[in-house]
Amino acid sequence: MKILVPVKRVVDYNVKIRVKADGTGVDLANVKMSMNPFDEIAVEEALKLKEAGKAEEVIVVSIGPEKAQETLRTGLAMGADRGILIKTDETVEPLDVAKLLKAVVDEEQPKLVILGKQAIDDDANQTGQMLGALLGWGQGTFAYDVELSDDGVDVTREVDGGLQTVSLSLPAIITTDLRLNEPRYASLPNIMKAKKKPLDTKEPGDYGVEIKNRLTVLETTEPPKRAAGIKVGSVAELVDKLKNEAGAI
Amino acid sequence: MTTLLIAEHDNKALNEATLRAASAAAQLGDGFDVLVAGEGAGDVAAEAAKIAGAGKVLHADNAAFANQLAEPVADLIVSLADGYDAIVAPATSNWKNALPRVAALLDVMQISDITEVVSGDTFVRPIYAGNAFQKVQTSDAKKVITVRTTAFEAAATDGSASVEAVDNAPDNAISSFKSEQLAGGDRVDLASAKVVVSGGRAFGSKEKFNELLEPLADKLGAALGASRAAVDAGYAPNDWQVGQTGKVVAPKLYIAIGISGAIQHLAGMKDSTTIVAINTDEDAPIFSVADYGLVGDLFELVPELTSALD
Ligand SMILES: Cc1cc2nc3c(=O)[nH]c(=O)nc-3n(C[C@H](O)[C@H](O)[C@H](O)COP(=O)(O)OP(=O)(O)OC[C@H]3O[C@@H](n4cnc5c(N)ncnc54)[C@H](O)[C@@H]3O)c2cc1C
Ligand SMILES: Cc1cc2nc3c(=O)[nH]c(=O)nc-3n(C[C@H](O)[C@H](O)[C@H](O)COP(=O)(O)OP(=O)(O)OC[C@H]3O[C@@H](n4cnc5c(N)ncnc54)[C@H](O)[C@@H]3O)c2cc1C
Repeated sequence: MKILVPVKRVVDYNVKIRVKADGTGVDLANVKMSMNPFDEIAVEEALKLKEAGKAEEVIVVSIGPEKAQETLRTGLAMGADRGILIKTDETVEPLDVAKLLKAVVDEEQPKLVILGKQAIDDDANQTGQMLGALLGWGQGTFAYDVELSDDGVDVTREVDGGLQTVSLSLPAIITTDLRLNEPRYASLPNIMKAKKKPLDTKEPGDYGVEIKNRLTVLETTEPPKRAAGIKVGSVAELVDKLKNEAGAI
Repeated sequence: MTTLLIAEHDNKALNEATLRAASAAAQLGDGFDVLVAGEGAGDVAAEAAKIAGAGKVLHADNAAFANQLAEPVADLIVSLADGYDAIVAPATSNWKNALPRVAALLDVMQISDITEVVSGDTFVRPIYAGNAFQKVQTSDAKKVITVRTTAFEAAATDGSASVEAVDNAPDNAISSFKSEQLAGGDRVDLASAKVVVSGGRAFGSKEKFNELLEPLADKLGAALGASRAAVDAGYAPNDWQVGQTGKVVAPKLYIAIGISGAIQHLAGMKDSTTIVAINTDEDAPIFSVADYGLVGDLFELVPELTSALD
């Protein structure tokens, strides 16, 4: 079976982003970009399933600008077999991302699609669930553990009160949480090899999907800054401040 | 415009997150109804009927809804959606899971995790771990919205809405519930606690984490939280993780101990009323958001603090 892994190019998690002074957005000029960390976990999970003999091919797909190729190459260097770039310079909202991914699924017929639970830029946490709905497939979101068998997959999920395990029939959607695995680093030889792996470039039109955004961003602002606090010299002083100044205890 | 508010509950009791989302639903305009989907959740429906401002409570009682699996509950909500202009749920793990499914089935772009209702079609939501806020306007006729509960006060519970049974039975062959491991226990719920005591990597072991933090949390009536590093290392369970990709909390008092203050952690706690940090490194970023910082070794300071609270 094939596994499809959508990977998104996002601002690196170490970057402290800055809001543009005129309120039109976030300043993305010259900031370091990387693969969304949850998507690295998704690629790793797919590769582990392949290495365990449970999948034949791992395909990475990204929707974004030309530069999203780099993100796909990262996935290929980790070990994915081939990549698909759906090239667009437009903003693509999760619903349209899901529609494009559905078209890729229709063409490639994977048995599993493994996505990140959220992209760390927009923090929408929607795409996998939307894709599940559009395909009529079951979903195991926020995955902590994945047990794949011939006719189904058990996904243990991180939920508010602890862990929940669901059984899904195949094909199915999985979205990754932080503790599913530890993604591997791509070795230098593998980075070189990845340059020769097949990477198709398509456009949204090739899939008959029209990007039509529903949301208009009216303004982007910085959150209010907390007023600077003080350092206290001792536990006694801390307790006193909490009681008598902050009224917190 | 009428809104359908989706209740968060465990079949026994209504979760406070519902009351907070109710405040957001009320701000949308012409009232709201509440959907309680569960199994044997009659008590929850009765509690939901008391939410101030609720028009009526729709109670869907079916084994298929017992564990709030996304596939059947999404189908249920879609089957009720015709009568509503907006569908609103708290951004708990259940509704983060199910609501995007509803949105896609309705061909609507969901607005996740709103912190403010500006008008019927315009909302504020955090992006980049809360380092920026977007004011977004939607052109969708029907709105599908999850609510960041820390940003809204809980609605009052002095209402008396009627309860109506809905018997839309879903046909779900694609997913089933297998098991769950819920922590339970007596400790207050992290998401709604007034005081949260959180520990980080510096504890070094699960034993030390519990031995030092439990007595402190007990004295303060606090919930326990953790950084991702502490959870990854196995000192604390997954659902204690506070942050961008864990739980967002805004208690009256948040005490961060042995936590450096990475942006992903700050995203989950920086709206707390009073923040205390204990760290050996006087330059740790956590001190930039702390009202009261104490520089020193947690292994000495935590027991000292615990006994000072007598
Ligand atoms: C050129 C460009 C400009 C953009 N400008 C803006 C902007 O100004 N404002 C703004 O809010 N957003 C902007 N975006 C981001 C775009 O809106 C997001 O891709 C979309 O909103 C998805 O939301 P999310 O990433 O939070 O989804 P989530 O639902 O959080 O993502 C979950 C998972 O879905 C998959 N996924 C999501 N998106 C993609 C993708 N593109 N390709 C492959 N897999 C994916 C990944 O596996 C990811 O882990 C821009 C994107 C591009 C390409
Ligand atoms: C995709 C992604 C998502 C993430 N999501 C989250 C999230 O939701 N929540 C989250 O918390 N993190 C998250 N992180 C991780 C985050 O980036 C940090 O790595 C993490 O918060 C660090 O945890 P920590 O502060 O416990 O550990 P460290 O950064 O190692 O800090 C330990 C601190 O303890 C102090 N210390 C050491 N010894 C002592 C002592 N004896 N007494 C007192 N202080 C001492 C040190 O000075 C240091 O400041 C995420 C990361 C990624 C990539």
